[in-house]
Amino acid sequence: MSMPYYVSPEQMMKDRADFARKGIARGRSLVAMQYQEGIAVIAENPSNTLRKISEIYDRIAFAGVGKYNEFDQLRVLGVRAADLKGYQFSREDVDARGLANQYAQMIGQVFTHEVKPLEVEILIAELGKSAETDQLFHVMFDGTVLDERRFIVIGGDPESITQHIAQSFSAAQSLQECILLARSALSPSEAPLTAGDLEVAVLQRNANRRCFKRITETQLATFLD
Amino acid sequence: MNFLQFSADQDPGANFGELLKRVGLSPFASVPQSILEDMPHATTCVAVRCSDGVVMGGDRRATSGNLISHRGMEKVVQADDFSGVAIAGAAGPAMEMVKLFQLQIEHYEKVEGQSLSLEGKANQLSMFVRNNLPAAMQGLMVVPIFAGYDNDINQGRIWDYDATGGRYEERDFVATGSGQLHASTVLRVSWRRDITTQQAVELVSRALWEASDADSATGGPDLLRGIYPIVATITHTGFTRIDDTALAGIYNAITTGVQQR
Repeated sequence: MSMPYYVSPEQMMKDRADFARKGIARGRSLVAMQYQEGIAVIAENPSNTLRKISEIYDRIAFAGVGKYNEFDQLRVLGVRAADLKGYQFSREDVDARGLANQYAQMIGQVFTHEVKPLEVEILIAELGKSAETDQLFHVMFDGTVLDERRFIVIGGDPESITQHIAQSFSAAQSLQECILLARSALSPSEAPLTAGDLEVAVLQRNANRRCFKRITETQLATFLD
Repeated sequence: MNFLQFSADQDPGANFGELLKRVGLSPFASVPQSILEDMPHATTCVAVRCSDGVVMGGDRRATSGNLISHRGMEKVVQADDFSGVAIAGAAGPAMEMVKLFQLQIEHYEKVEGQSLSLEGKANQLSMFVRNNLPAAMQGLMVVPIFAGYDNDINQGRIWDYDATGGRYEERDFVATGSGQLHASTVLRVSWRRDITTQQAVELVSRALWEASDADSATGGPDLLRGIYPIVATITHTGFTRIDDTALAGIYNAITTGVQQR
């Protein structure tokens, strides 16, 4: 008679976490931070069509690192949930906290119950009426939610980037200063990233209703000059 | 907020209308006959092509039978940056249709990562009108006009619809609603191929004035309350509503002209 082999729950969770962490570490990092007029999200992304940063709702942005197909599915789920809630109730009732919790629940569920955990980490940013009410949520591969202030770094090698940004971060920085800071933090030591290597989008406080704006490559190039 | 997951053959993709059907929130349901007689109805809307794009206009009155039920209805609405919808017909379903149409355009843009072409939007609205057919058969007719600036060919385009969802692109101008005949006569007489945007704004205001003068279900400028028809231009810079002070000037000139006839 063959014995079913035993794996302790501790070992199983550790294996899964290691697996997910490895998958995410292969990808590149992205940064979201406050600036003078709102929140900017800056990602290293050489692709011009497969986006890491996108719009969820009027004042909510989404960004993901790790496996593209996995976080893109999460993005669509978020857009659907937000649009339905806004249609059913009111546009003001759609908030990032609810969305982040929902994501956390789902990602956590997959982490413990499915064969393979999701190899993603996501960021949900909500633009408040003022800088004090801005919200940044970080949802990890196992469903842990972190609520961050001022700026947030996800994916790749977050510790060194966080340190780099913390040194010179100021919430009163202009968009250009903010992009330059993010570039220097994200760039490997040898060569700085160019406009073609970066994807930048902002949630702009003075906008009418839909605050999400992409910064085009040409605009970005003028900022980086 | 709940995440909904669908199997591959049930997945609504970027279609918000289908998504609503899947969750049982679709507003296109049949309505009993008895409540239909007293529903508010909306009335005259026009759209005109001009040198820089298009100009749309609509009066503000909603009527229920022979009563004025609303004086400030907004029948010309921005659909997205470069397009607008004007609606005539039963107010309730019409407003719901416009709301859903705006949402569909936005939802598509977010899910797909790029916005629909102008033609695609016109087609989408056609589907909404067709879905409303059962209600239209019972008297809740909705007949929209869709107009926008096509960034691919750099010109304004106009579509009108019939109750079955038939979609017709118009070359010059179009009018819909109960004051349609009077308004389109004004447009037919004065429209020129090289009409400027400012002239088109005046022409649209004029058409709405004549319609309100002859059709009891169309409202004219309400000087007492300061309510003016909605007139909007859509050009390469986007959708812009003409403000009330400018419209007050135009209507002042029209009424003075009428007095001196």
